[in-house]
Amino acid sequence: MKKNKLIIIYAVLIFIFLILYLSLDNKKIYNTEDLVGKKMNEVDLLYFESEGTFNTREIFKNKFVLFNFWASWCAPCRKEHKNLIRLSKNKNLEIIGVNFKDSPQSAKKFLEELGNPFSILAKDPDGKQSINFGIYGIPETILIDKDSNIVKKYVGPLNLKDVNEIRSIVEK
Amino acid sequence: MKKIFLISTFFFVLVNSVYAEVDLRDKILKNLRCLVCQGQTMSDSNSDFAQTIKSVVDDKIGHGFKEDEIYKFLSDKYGDWILFNPPLKKENYLLWFLPYFLFIIGGIVIYYLSKKTQIKRK
Repeated sequence: MKKNKLIIIYAVLIFIFLILYLSLDNKKIYNTEDLVGKKMNEVDLLYFESEGTFNTREIFKNKFVLFNFWASWCAPCRKEHKNLIRLSKNKNLEIIGVNFKDSPQSAKKFLEELGNPFSILAKDPDGKQSINFGIYGIPETILIDKDSNIVKKYVGPLNLKDVNEIRSIVEK
Repeated sequence: MKKIFLISTFFFVLVNSVYAEVDLRDKILKNLRCLVCQGQTMSDSNSDFAQTIKSVVDDKIGHGFKEDEIYKFLSDKYGDWILFNPPLKKENYLLWFLPYFLFIIGGIVIYYLSKKTQIKRK
């Protein structure tokens, strides 16, 4: 009887430990695996400087496309900018910048100061269009292949390792 | 008399539809997890992300999207983790059926324990 009780107590303790371990090991936050491999949605984005919109379908033309969501008020965006400049030299890649919830004056100043790596610059003043890209916050970057499939999504600033990874994917 | 009836019916339908929309919005936001907060619903959260999701949900309701369509749209972008009440899928069978399984096991354990004590008393 005593042995049975001990077995039950141990079983309960192991069960509780297992549940706690699985919960703590939960990496669901900022998990982007649901997006990777999916086709990119066709989204209308506002041009940053000129009037009007363009559709993302218009830019997926036999080139890899890198969407970068940034703002002048975002310190990590400033940190990653030099890496975007590095990537902008790659001929197989087109970088689309989406200026997120920012003031146009500050964004312009930011680009004048640090350089403009973007072949197309769009804006999302209220952040609603960014939800179509599964954006949590900024900076975030999405790599899309020639067939408009999402290859990779980076949450947070791009570092040198990410730059090399993007280069190796794009130059394959 | 007929005019009064028509006007009051119109207002009744209008108020009802507004309330239905508010209820639907509330229901949806309470079933959405704020992904950048600590265990809060989108409805409870004041984070920037939650505010954006709230206005996207408003837009979707305004465009005539149904509740399930809104969940599908958001889970396509952020995964099922954004839903507090995830759909039944192969990957989450354990989540759905474990409580029932434990309930049955618990019932069996209690049954045998009570049977044993009854035998002992006799």
